[in-house]
Amino acid sequence: MILRRFVIGLALWCVIGGTWAFDSEAAFEDPVQQARYERLNRELRCLVCQNQTIADSTAPLAADLRREVREMMQAGRTDAEIRQFMLERYGDFVLYRPRMNATNLLLWAAPALLLLIGGGAAVRFIRRRTAEVDEDDTGSGAGRA
Amino acid sequence: MWRYALPLALFVLLAVALRIGLERDPSVVPSPLIGRPAPEFSLPSLQDPSYPIATAELRGAPWLLNVWATWCVGCRQEHDVLLQIAAQNVAPMIGLNWKDDNGGARRWLAELGNPYAAVAEDREGRVAIDWGVYGAPETFLIGADGTVLYKHVAPMTLEIWRTEFLPRIELARRTAEIGR
Repeated sequence: MILRRFVIGLALWCVIGGTWAFDSEAAFEDPVQQARYERLNRELRCLVCQNQTIADSTAPLAADLRREVREMMQAGRTDAEIRQFMLERYGDFVLYRPRMNATNLLLWAAPALLLLIGGGAAVRFIRRRTAEVDEDDTGSGAGRA
Repeated sequence: MWRYALPLALFVLLAVALRIGLERDPSVVPSPLIGRPAPEFSLPSLQDPSYPIATAELRGAPWLLNVWATWCVGCRQEHDVLLQIAAQNVAPMIGLNWKDDNGGARRWLAELGNPYAAVAEDREGRVAIDWGVYGAPETFLIGADGTVLYKHVAPMTLEIWRTEFLPRIELARRTAEIGR
């Protein structure tokens, strides 16, 4: 009985928990604007709790940054202008989805480079092995066949 | 020969990279403001709201901006160091009281001592955002021409003051004199 209540409670909590929002500000009247606001918030990192976006964070700074986003939207600024505003103050780190730049170029290129190195090594290895096997075939092929 | 040298070289490279990574603090966000003009502000003074504290008046000599609040543990921790720095009279320290309670902040200064030449009250945290502040305490060094020269995030220590701030202040002074 207790277990059943617990399970039901847990299930309810999961449902309700998902709908909780800490953004206490009123939503935009226009649902398109509200969606844009939420999307922008999800793109910006909360610098206090660095693994959260400002949409997810309850930190006071995140609330302040959400307010800035809201006000810039109301002032008719574009997404690019809002991102630029954050970049000028907090640097590239504020973008939750990192951009390519001179410092992280190696990181972006790493998968391709590693594939190239690994692929090259594999090709060389296979070629050498094939050559060895071929030699074996011609050398002692008669005995094995 | 290559069979052993190459993996060894890769291992050493990786070890060095990881060792460097150990020393770095990932929570410190490099400020894009360094080398750029300091964001302007004019805010009411903590002690007298009718008296504005403006960056425009601070030109002509290097100055410090220390972001603090009574809710910030690190600020309490660095307060004695700030008092010692202020006593050296090297550069005026302006306090930016960030998202704080006016009465509490004034009581703090009355009880612990006031290292600041002036304290600007940023109740809504807008100036802090302009300065890219993300966690108090933060201390900025601004040159005579209004350029941000350095930023320290975390409680100030005498060691950091000596090694990072003093040489830069000295340099800023000299370049300002040459400019004159």
